[in-house]
Amino acid sequence: MALLSKKSKKAITDPLSTNNPITLQVLGICSALAVTVKMDTAVVMTLAVVAVLSISNTLIALLRNFIPTKVRIIVQLSVIASLVILTDQVLKAYMYDISKQLSVFVGLIITNCIVMGRAEAFAMQNTPGKSFLDGLGNGLGYGGILIAVSFFREILGSGTLYGFQIIPDAAYSAGYENMGLMVLSPGAFVILGLIVWVHRISANIEEE
Amino acid sequence: MLEHYISLATKAMFVENILLAYFLGMCSFLAISKKIDTSIGLGFAVVFVLTITSPANWAIHHYFLQEGALAWAGFPDVDLSFLNFIVFIAVIAAMVQLVEMILDRFSPTLYHNLGIFLPLIAVNCSILGGSLFLIEREYTLIESTVFGFGSGMGWFLAIVSMASIRHRLRYSNVPHKLRGLGITMLLTGLLSMAFMAFSGIDL
Repeated sequence: MALLSKKSKKAITDPLSTNNPITLQVLGICSALAVTVKMDTAVVMTLAVVAVLSISNTLIALLRNFIPTKVRIIVQLSVIASLVILTDQVLKAYMYDISKQLSVFVGLIITNCIVMGRAEAFAMQNTPGKSFLDGLGNGLGYGGILIAVSFFREILGSGTLYGFQIIPDAAYSAGYENMGLMVLSPGAFVILGLIVWVHRISANIEEE
Repeated sequence: MLEHYISLATKAMFVENILLAYFLGMCSFLAISKKIDTSIGLGFAVVFVLTITSPANWAIHHYFLQEGALAWAGFPDVDLSFLNFIVFIAVIAAMVQLVEMILDRFSPTLYHNLGIFLPLIAVNCSILGGSLFLIEREYTLIESTVFGFGSGMGWFLAIVSMASIRHRLRYSNVPHKLRGLGITMLLTGLLSMAFMAFSGIDL
């Protein structure tokens, strides 16, 4: 892509693998897991987070020279909260069913550590353009893990993928059963733990 | 009536543990659960903040933001519930500031230990999540307080048990790449399975 300079490309691709917000920066796990029972909610949540994160990063980068350091947290929070309110209203208007399923978790994007973390760590020091790319990259890196977790949970827990049945009826009549644990919360923890493990092996990163 | 509240509190504490069943407050849970002392401190701070913010946010929602809530001021048709998020987060931030000042005054060691993580309670999902849940489930004022306290205690139990497990873990031989986040997530999974054994308990 000649469209982007090397540096801005790095801002997008880094969070996707070597600096992934969930598996390596350990941010934003709060709302990551609750929406991963089914893929459709995970996809909508990803879109919501990408939108909020990239716009909030841009806005905060635009405002960065006007924000007094002492009150920066509250300014960041109000920017983020306003964007989340917008997202929530849009979801309620156009995707009512899914917004019902996401329930309080759209609101919880406000307290998602990724959004605050990126605003504080990146957008406060960089230009709007770069911050936008950083927000986009981190949102996608976050969404990638979200979708991966929901992929395993849905296929193992309900035998479907994005609502379509994947495991054939023949398997069920032969005695195959869905793994009930995957639908419940422990499934999410275990799957995420395993994904983190695999990802750290492939990226060759160690903690401590 | 009392039974109803006790049952609500136990439900929030064990069966529907805010951390292990709803995944709220994971960030600080993962970051602070390395030491037992600090995790107890943070746990108490969360209990305190949740118990105060839940009724406060309930009252604000009920008397100002709910549809028709402003009837007493002469605006019966106004529905400000879309402002919930931003108002709740402001209330929570103010409460956290208060806790911070109290701790600084009365327990400087704890204040020192919690360090940068105390302001993070403001963005601890479990606090905002608690407030949003009590609106969604249409609790009353007392129910909200009980629910807030129960959720806080549940979070406290979860983080202290996790800190204790991680304390033991230091002497075990965990695969290198699994250390840190990976093993903690797997352990949280096991812990959450253990807490699921409480489901079905009805007082």
